[in-house]
Amino acid sequence: MNPAVSIVGLVKRYDRVVAVDGLDLTVRTGECLGLLGPNGAGKTTTIEILAGLLAPTAGEVRVLGRRWGEDDQALRSRLGVSLQESRFHERLKVAEVVSLFRSFYPRGRDVRSVIAEVGLEEKAASWTSRLSGGQRQRLALACALVGDPELLILDEPTTGLDPQARLHMGDTILGHRSLGRTVLLTTHYMEEAHRLCDRVAIIDRGKVIALGTPAELIATLGGDLVVEVELASGSVEDDAVRSVEGVRAVRRSNATILVTASEAHVTVPALLDLVRGHDAALSHLTLRHATLEDVYVSITGRHLRDA
Amino acid sequence: MRSPLAHLVLARLRESFRQPETIFWTFLFPALLAVALGIAFRGGRPDPSSVVVVPESGYVQLARSLGSDNAIRAEVLDRRTAELRLRTGRAALVVIPGNPLVYRFDPTRTESHLARAAVDAAIQRAAGRPDPVPVADERVTEPGSRYIDFLIPGLLGMNLMGGGLWGIGWSIVEMRIRKLLKLQLAAPMRRRDFLLSHILSRMVFVPLEVVPLLVLAGLLFDVSVKGSAVGLLVVVTAGAFSFAGLGTLLAARARTTQMIYGLINLFTLPMFVLSGVFFSTGRFPDALQPLIKALPLTALIDALRAVINDGASLLSLGPQFLVLGLWGVLSFAGTRTLFRWS
Repeated sequence: MNPAVSIVGLVKRYDRVVAVDGLDLTVRTGECLGLLGPNGAGKTTTIEILAGLLAPTAGEVRVLGRRWGEDDQALRSRLGVSLQESRFHERLKVAEVVSLFRSFYPRGRDVRSVIAEVGLEEKAASWTSRLSGGQRQRLALACALVGDPELLILDEPTTGLDPQARLHMGDTILGHRSLGRTVLLTTHYMEEAHRLCDRVAIIDRGKVIALGTPAELIATLGGDLVVEVELASGSVEDDAVRSVEGVRAVRRSNATILVTASEAHVTVPALLDLVRGHDAALSHLTLRHATLEDVYVSITGRHLRDA
Repeated sequence: MRSPLAHLVLARLRESFRQPETIFWTFLFPALLAVALGIAFRGGRPDPSSVVVVPESGYVQLARSLGSDNAIRAEVLDRRTAELRLRTGRAALVVIPGNPLVYRFDPTRTESHLARAAVDAAIQRAAGRPDPVPVADERVTEPGSRYIDFLIPGLLGMNLMGGGLWGIGWSIVEMRIRKLLKLQLAAPMRRRDFLLSHILSRMVFVPLEVVPLLVLAGLLFDVSVKGSAVGLLVVVTAGAFSFAGLGTLLAARARTTQMIYGLINLFTLPMFVLSGVFFSTGRFPDALQPLIKALPLTALIDALRAVINDGASLLSLGPQFLVLGLWGVLSFAGTRTLFRWS
């Protein structure tokens, strides 16, 4: 099957800033692919180029098998887009806004059912100025869905939402994908990327630095467990930790030593022995699953949030 | 209803009518302005000339002869106070009795000349001067030739200009700032539909800007439209079209509200002064006249006055239609090439 999106060597340069710096990416038809990365990594620029709203400086972009500049109107009618920070007319009602967007598409879905799907039925007759932040995001999603798009492009659809609203939004997005449609979204929440996305592309400084299913990406760490160790006194060198049985990688974050491992029952006792052997005292030990954040940190040396 | 254009027009109208500011600027403000100016410049006798007589010898006699003329309001005040009144504009003329009798006044003030003529006539007549030519005054106060008749078409023109530039220009820039323009283009809204929706929704507004003001002027001040309703409709539509074009052109590049605010003011303020809203364009030097005639607001107001006050036929308004048409067409052409869509 043809890919829904293929990007080769995409570059977008503003006067002095290089927002996208040779980005390659393929989005398969029917998958949900997440662009994960810190603010300023080039996610939004990439999205806007894909949506045909911004011209690239260089590179080859194909969306649903088409290039921008051929029959843009026809291509646009097959996409659903929600952008970051777009604000609707304040004095239009929710149903009026969705109907307006529906009118732009030659074919699409029933306005009421889309409003119901994003959970805004009770607000259908409210002015958009009376919506909460989360409700506005849902309205944006409704506007992106109402044209029944083959490719749904969402820029930060869940930023600023409370956890419950995020779950609801995620379900709606998954629902669309389950119809065989393709979804491309950006996020900087790794749990969300993990939950929603079939594959995740980690973006940093305008490039894709890692690509795969969440499980594949985590597997690159060498183990899917992370042991976090904090010492109350004394010290242990990284090399010593690295030589402990079952340890795949060691890094530090402030005072915490983060140890990647695959088998807790082997590595945790061995680590405790090591600490004791160095006359150091343990103040804290946590065992958790490795996340995409660990992947990001292990590749870039920086955290997603403070990158 | 599925047409995107109809949806866009409807959205525009709903957005406008749900905004209290729109109601104020469209209906209330022009009505208040018309009422205020109508009262300020209502017909009737002009105020009497304020004259100060300085207490020199013979002033009692002189003041008495002035007092019997009700076009003159004379007061006796000392020299210093008299000078102060003259300087601050509270007195039009200072009269110093003596031989010769002296009139002190500022020659650049029209009312001073009026006061001088009235005072002199009263004094000379009291001294026994005969009036060899008999005269009779006819006072013209009939509707159609008063200041209010001149003013109402000016206010209409100003209203149509403001509605077009603010209504369209501001709304487009707001949508650009909100990234709504971008989102709707992605949606996929046609560019032509977007621009057309602004023009069409303007055309819905236009009768609302014109009819209530004319009705009010008719009821309160007896201002009537001498020309045909069709003629008025055609002139108003041409004006609205022209300013709709300018509104889109001014909004073509602006990315901030400060920018569009500045641009619209830069455009409208000179026209408020030059285009004859409140006073005749004839007050400006001849050298400026071609420029003034080429302004869209001048063309619109001239055409409105011709139809409303003089009952002129459309055929006589060729130059005005040419000016309005050119501004409209060139503005839309400029909009097409300059418009910042993303």
